[in-house]
Amino acid sequence: MMKTSRIDHLFKDKQENILAIYFTAGYPELEDTVPVMEAIEEGGADIIEVGMPFSDPVADGPTIQESNKIALDNGMSLKKLFEQLAKMRETVTLPVILMGYLNPIIQYGVEEFCKKCQEVGVDGLILPDLPMQQYLEEYKDIFSQYGLKNTFLISPQTSEERIKAIDQNSDGFIYMVSSHSITGAKSGISEEQERYFERVAELGIQNPRLIGFGISDHESFGKASKHAHGAIIGSAFIKVLNNADRANLKRDIGNFIKGIKNGEYDYTSKA
Amino acid sequence: MKIEVDKNGFYGKFGGAYIPEMLYPNIEELKEKYLGIIEDEDFKKKFSELLRDYVGRPTPLYFAARLSEKYKAKIYLKREDLCHTGAHKVNNTIGQILLAQKLGKKRIIAETGAGQHGVATATVCALMGMECTVYMGEVDMERQKPNVERMKLLGATVVPATSGSKTLKDATNEAMRQWINNPVDTHYIIGSVVGPHPYPEMVARFQSVISEEIKIQLKEKEGRENPDIVIACVGGGSNAAGAFYHYYNSPDVRLVAAEAAGLGISSGKSAATTVLGKLGILHGSRTLLMQTEDGQVVEPHSISAGLDYPGIGPVHAHLFDVGRGEFVAVEDKDAMKAGVELSKLEGIIPAIESAHAIHALNQIKYGPDDVIVINLSGRGDKDLETYIKWGEY
Repeated sequence: MMKTSRIDHLFKDKQENILAIYFTAGYPELEDTVPVMEAIEEGGADIIEVGMPFSDPVADGPTIQESNKIALDNGMSLKKLFEQLAKMRETVTLPVILMGYLNPIIQYGVEEFCKKCQEVGVDGLILPDLPMQQYLEEYKDIFSQYGLKNTFLISPQTSEERIKAIDQNSDGFIYMVSSHSITGAKSGISEEQERYFERVAELGIQNPRLIGFGISDHESFGKASKHAHGAIIGSAFIKVLNNADRANLKRDIGNFIKGIKNGEYDYTSKA
Repeated sequence: MKIEVDKNGFYGKFGGAYIPEMLYPNIEELKEKYLGIIEDEDFKKKFSELLRDYVGRPTPLYFAARLSEKYKAKIYLKREDLCHTGAHKVNNTIGQILLAQKLGKKRIIAETGAGQHGVATATVCALMGMECTVYMGEVDMERQKPNVERMKLLGATVVPATSGSKTLKDATNEAMRQWINNPVDTHYIIGSVVGPHPYPEMVARFQSVISEEIKIQLKEKEGRENPDIVIACVGGGSNAAGAFYHYYNSPDVRLVAAEAAGLGISSGKSAATTVLGKLGILHGSRTLLMQTEDGQVVEPHSISAGLDYPGIGPVHAHLFDVGRGEFVAVEDKDAMKAGVELSKLEGIIPAIESAHAIHALNQIKYGPDDVIVINLSGRGDKDLETYIKWGEY
């Protein structure tokens, strides 16, 4: 195990335009998980978020819901996921974060889950239905025992006081939900959203901030990155996987990521 | 052990508020304000006036002589089936719409399975002139067409939930998503004692009028407030919570909850959560949950859409866990028989949900002097097609 985490290294080395890509494990096909991760790394992203599919993803919009359903139909489970990730560190060097809902983790066994994460080289977790209070009371010690950083979400409705409390209890980065929305619900960044990004930027919080939900192309990535350390793309990337030519999956993933970063990508035909 | 909710919304190890951060301000607002609002004298007055003049409360506590003769006990039926809209659901929607007004909300959203809670919500929205959107599984919309039309007639918009199994749990997912998308002006009226704290306790309080009335009515008829046994059916568990509420901490009263066994406990087509469920988290609450060994939520089955839910309200999980409640699992066929039996013995066609509670009489022990109150949560009009298909009457 590394002494300083991959997440800390990343934010130490890079303070802007950080690109995190989310996709659902076992999608579009069961054994695509690690090849997709490799392609994300080769394409030039900075963080990989691997979605753990769940039957009832309440914070997600239709695109990610559908990918969850397909992944489960493909036979994805946490047991299967850890089998797939067992050798990922031979080819993947980026920080890897698992994102999903609590229930499958509880059934797997929280401590066993954390232990497995550490074994295969997972760096952190994002669990939208784990509230801060429950995290502090029941999960924090186990997560940190296995070197896992927990990332909290904040939204435009989150009060300053609560943002500060969340900041104090975070040690990786903060996930800023860009609007009142589930994933993939809105696209583009409005002036009102930019004002919210600014308001949070001015709070002087200690953790880096990544903006997610509604980031789908070079323009929205650029706007988000202007006000934070970077952004997270999920639904738009799932659409790329869905529409990709299977024989050229890695190429299509690479083209999409390069397009997000430098603007040369035809989103209308692919996404 | 006292049955009550703690300040974090837990009944023992069940409950809490496992919600995405986007909903935290809404849930926090409700948690901080709901008690103050519903205990306010002006609110209580409005609530009880509407329950009396609009819903038709108090509902009768009826001594069922022929049923008593057959089962050899003193059996009373609490007639929630006589509520406006045909079931107990409206007690809660009246309370929550008054609360939504106090919170300054402009729109109402709700989930519904069979459509009873959707109709009760559309009804109170019409009453108060508020915009109403009801999420309903696409499969349920097909199965329960009359209720879809009732909601539309009342002015509500009915939106199909097209994800997952397209039934109640998916309708609930969709309502939660829409609340995340519209957190400022919208109140979400949850229809059962499920969801994140404070919903389970809040809904139970609005339904607790049922046991409040039973106490007064039984005192008049039997000279005592406490029956020996209260029986109610449990899906999420709102009618049971209402019927049990004022008896939680009276150990002399047995609380019997009838769950839906569907085609049988081991058939793979069941909704008996306390038998088949394991500790889990769904819709913001830690409770018993029917799920695969990988923690994916299982689609339940019951002939009655109102009991067709893979979880159970956290208070009921707690009653089960500490042994305060007796849980029986009633199969589809037995519930149908009990529904036909009550129709012929007492001239009351029960909702198939409530028929599960009637059949529990065959599955528990009691003596001839025992006073038993069965909460007859709804009427069978909505189930006529199911009775016709069943055919054995």
